[in-house]
Amino acid sequence: MVNIAEALDNIRLLDALGEEKSTVHALHPLAKLFVTLVFLIIVISFSKHEISALLPMVLFPTIIITLADLPVLPLMKRVLIVLPLVIGIGIFNPLLDHRPMVSLGAITLSYGWISFISIMIKCLLTVITSLILIATTGMTNIALALRKLKVPKIFVLQLLLTYRYITVLMEEVILTTTAYALRSSGIKGIHFKHWGSLLGQLLIRTIDRAQRVYTSMCCRGFDGNYNTGTMPTLVAKDYIFMLFWTLFFIITRSFNLPMLLGTILTGVYP
Amino acid sequence: MSHYQIEANNITFIYPDGHQALKDISFTLSQRESIGIIGANGAGKSTLLLLLLGILFPNEGTISVGGLPVTKKTLPHIREKIGLAFQNPDDQLFMTTVYDDVAFGPRNYKLNEDEVEKRVVQALEIVGILHLKTRAPYKLSGGEKRAAAIASVLSMHPDILILDEPTNALDPKSRRRLINLLSTFNHPKIIATHDLDMLFNLCERTIILKDGQIMADGLTTDLLADETLMTLCNLEVPLSIQNCSTCTYKHML
Repeated sequence: MVNIAEALDNIRLLDALGEEKSTVHALHPLAKLFVTLVFLIIVISFSKHEISALLPMVLFPTIIITLADLPVLPLMKRVLIVLPLVIGIGIFNPLLDHRPMVSLGAITLSYGWISFISIMIKCLLTVITSLILIATTGMTNIALALRKLKVPKIFVLQLLLTYRYITVLMEEVILTTTAYALRSSGIKGIHFKHWGSLLGQLLIRTIDRAQRVYTSMCCRGFDGNYNTGTMPTLVAKDYIFMLFWTLFFIITRSFNLPMLLGTILTGVYP
Repeated sequence: MSHYQIEANNITFIYPDGHQALKDISFTLSQRESIGIIGANGAGKSTLLLLLLGILFPNEGTISVGGLPVTKKTLPHIREKIGLAFQNPDDQLFMTTVYDDVAFGPRNYKLNEDEVEKRVVQALEIVGILHLKTRAPYKLSGGEKRAAAIASVLSMHPDILILDEPTNALDPKSRRRLINLLSTFNHPKIIATHDLDMLFNLCERTIILKDGQIMADGLTTDLLADETLMTLCNLEVPLSIQNCSTCTYKHML
């Protein structure tokens, strides 16, 4: 129950952060969406054994978090939520691939471990950057930017309404589970016998609630178009933002920057 | 063209499960008139409001708003004319800020952003919560949420206001503030409520529903003081006109 309430607060925190003012918030939503998409594609494109070349990509979320003055801990906590899933995907790599790849003194890292670490870094980078996009732009502005990118209206609307439905669902879950806990005389969690009826109730209640929200939208002229104000036009700083980061990502992808820097500084060529 | 703002003629509504919610309802709402709709739970108050806005359509009978019949084709015009404030303001406030919620309606009618801003500021000023425009709706108190919900309706510049249980779940001070606010509006109003004392302040006319039928339609002061009628409709004479149990003084309004 507390976890669900926390999760609801988490979503609301992202919404609240999206309304803040900073140099990053002031950028055009389209510019931020574009740079984030390029970032995601580039990060994913690194091969599973490239770790050092991937590391400079950390600069992007780090700089944006600093400039946008985002709270690091709450963001990291949200990233941790997906970590078990990623561990589940990558954990078999060290077990299946024992071929040695790197030796650090007495420790030898196998190809399996390297690919596992690479998956973890990619996960952290992609999730945190997506969260940063929501926290600096807001879901509504992201939707506007998606429409600018000619993403079909139906998909954008689906995204927005699903995002809103999550909070409706969670509010109902909190109410239902609280009512259950108050009458379950100290039983921890929800007894499996009640799962069916509780889930059924929850579904019906959330559909009812969503219907009422939808009705209230229709009463105020909603016709399937989610109008959220006029989109500002792209200005010079937005183009510079897009150009700078896109170039940086392409350079990072094309050259192994840490190795290049190490070579220049130490004068030792591989 | 009719001089009535709302004209309901012999409307009957049956839910898909067979439950007859309204039977042969006829009434009119004229310019500058305010009607209170009261009745026990399940009497059909909310169904009637939903029919007026074309959220539901009657099985029999007709409804017209400002001379326009309520049909699927005329819905955009009807909903521009009527502003409905829901019973639960949480159903009405779904955007991330109060400003965006109040701007939702005007933006749907494709007004330019300057006009939208003008209307939002004006509506928030009327309900006295302009200072809350950047706040997230879920962080507001019950009274503030209600005010924001009413502002979201006012920003559409409706000709008619319909309010479903406006004082529901408000503390006494917020309730009084809301009643004072509503009394300043010149719009024709339809208020469905259980707050009978509020009706004395806001509506000169009242319709009493029972089992989906109109039991009485007349002056609020007459109907609400009629103990026999009120008891018959599973209602009670409002506290403000009941005899005081201590001094037996009757506070007639």
